[in-house]
Amino acid sequence: MQPIEIIDNFLKTKKLEFSKLSIGNFIGYKILPENLINVLEFLKHHKELRFTVLTDLFAADFPERDKRFEVVYSLLSLKLNKRVLLKIDVAEDDPVHSITSIYSAACWYEREIFDMFGIEFKDAPDLRRILTDYGFKGHPLRKDFPLTGHVQVRYDETLEKVIYEPVLLEQEFRNFDFTSPWHGSRENILPGDEKATKQE
Amino acid sequence: MAISEEEYLHKDDNELTTINFGPQHPAAHGVLRLILQMDGEVINKADPHIGLLHRGTEKLIEHKTYAQAVPYFDRLDYVSPMCQEHAYALAVEKLLKIEVPRRAKFIRVLFSELTRILNHTLNIGTQAVDLGATTPLLWLFEEREKIMEFYERVSGSRMHSNYFRPGGVASDLPDGLLDDIGVFVQKFPQCLADVETLLTNNRIWKQRLVEIGVVSQKQAMDWGFSGPMLRGSGIEWDLRKSNPYEVYDEMEFDIPIGVSGDCYDRYLIRIEEMYQSLKIIKQCIEKIPTGPVKSLDAKITPPSRTQMKESMEAMIHHFKLYTEGYNVPAGEAYGFVEAPKGEFGVYLYADGTNKPYRCRIKAPGFAHLQGLDFMARGHLMADVVTIISSLDIVFGEIDR
Repeated sequence: MQPIEIIDNFLKTKKLEFSKLSIGNFIGYKILPENLINVLEFLKHHKELRFTVLTDLFAADFPERDKRFEVVYSLLSLKLNKRVLLKIDVAEDDPVHSITSIYSAACWYEREIFDMFGIEFKDAPDLRRILTDYGFKGHPLRKDFPLTGHVQVRYDETLEKVIYEPVLLEQEFRNFDFTSPWHGSRENILPGDEKATKQE
Repeated sequence: MAISEEEYLHKDDNELTTINFGPQHPAAHGVLRLILQMDGEVINKADPHIGLLHRGTEKLIEHKTYAQAVPYFDRLDYVSPMCQEHAYALAVEKLLKIEVPRRAKFIRVLFSELTRILNHTLNIGTQAVDLGATTPLLWLFEEREKIMEFYERVSGSRMHSNYFRPGGVASDLPDGLLDDIGVFVQKFPQCLADVETLLTNNRIWKQRLVEIGVVSQKQAMDWGFSGPMLRGSGIEWDLRKSNPYEVYDEMEFDIPIGVSGDCYDRYLIRIEEMYQSLKIIKQCIEKIPTGPVKSLDAKITPPSRTQMKESMEAMIHHFKLYTEGYNVPAGEAYGFVEAPKGEFGVYLYADGTNKPYRCRIKAPGFAHLQGLDFMARGHLMADVVTIISSLDIVFGEIDR
């Protein structure tokens, strides 16, 4: 049996809701967060699959969606030379189950997601911030976090220590919009056409 | 010698000392801050604090066009810049569904392997310095300098080359470069052999490396290791063989694997990988065809200077590509390469515009450094230094 059939069968017999994704060479599934542990246990321990390596674990932010975050688990089977991608949708205040008990490598990846997106992980052994500064506030990779950040640091001669101040931009933040109105633009509106659509 | 984990874990916390190591310690290989919980001279727990070099690369790339994002990859792992551009270029090419000309593929393989030597020479050199031997570093840096010169001749820059771009490589090889690389390939084994006479069978070197930082096969997989860290434990896994990209399937080379998974095995693997890289470079020089070095799709790759002086069309393309950039069809793609440190990958979310919606960078060093805690447990303070250099970490890629 092909690995993809084995996984399909498992998901169907266990009546776990899923939809398939096609991303390059990956075997991709979107599953429900509550089934995550089940599916991962199966993928790791099934003797014909052996997805024993967690190559990556990351998130992406889509503010316009109901459940704004997407958490992605990328697994590798050294035995089959196949990769599986599992995606789950997570709302802003929904904690996700930590998978450190299955893959030890997940610990830092979960810390990173917590740091960058503010997604919490239930039963995570260690959920401190990892990449940002000590005492940092906010979650930088969220789409509503400004590129320039909120604070800047400098050494104060009189106080003789490093101090944090609100970001002061010497020059206005420039974000040139070069998107062509004919293709590539998400809205696809020609300059001047905004008015036309308003009247309709 | 390693002292068993159980022997020391039962001690209660009052007997332990906490030591701060770094972030500005020469043996920390960059800005690593380690909080070490020590029981006398023995490590009880190592807690790496990272992020001191965090520049928000992933966020910055969301605000840049696809072409502008390339230089950020040079600045991740600044010891092996081209391999990272490579992963990004592969991801973008997957989304664009374009094929790279054959000559460009050879150039990419050639420079990927030069980069591997660039990386391993630094790693072995600095590891030797950490353990008290200065000579190998000096000898290897001389050779590194030659490779950087090749970088400069081909891209104009010694380190941050911005050379592998989506669609091919920035420009063709200058005249005579292949001959000079050929000379380097002839001479470099002598330097490596000299370094080996100083290290490989050296009694002190062995005492410091053998049975230090042992990683079992199970641990290596569980902690998501890749590259020499995985192969050191005896797992035969190299993306150049298992998922051959570019023209690696036409190359003849071997994958060295370790037996015991200790620092010494990983050292031997890195040495052998350099010999194998030389073999690949030789084959590239022999087989490299003539032809274009970037995709002929004028909507993706910029025209040459000469074309711009003669053709209005080319001028317009140049202007559009350097302001608006090109639009990448919506979709997701994962580009990955066997970088010198392990699997380096770029996961791109494209939304049909000229900028990536999200760019996830999978850095091998991140997973490796996480393993420092279990590797260092029960070892002596001085062994932490050995393990750190054996992990081959560079903070540009870990902190991103």
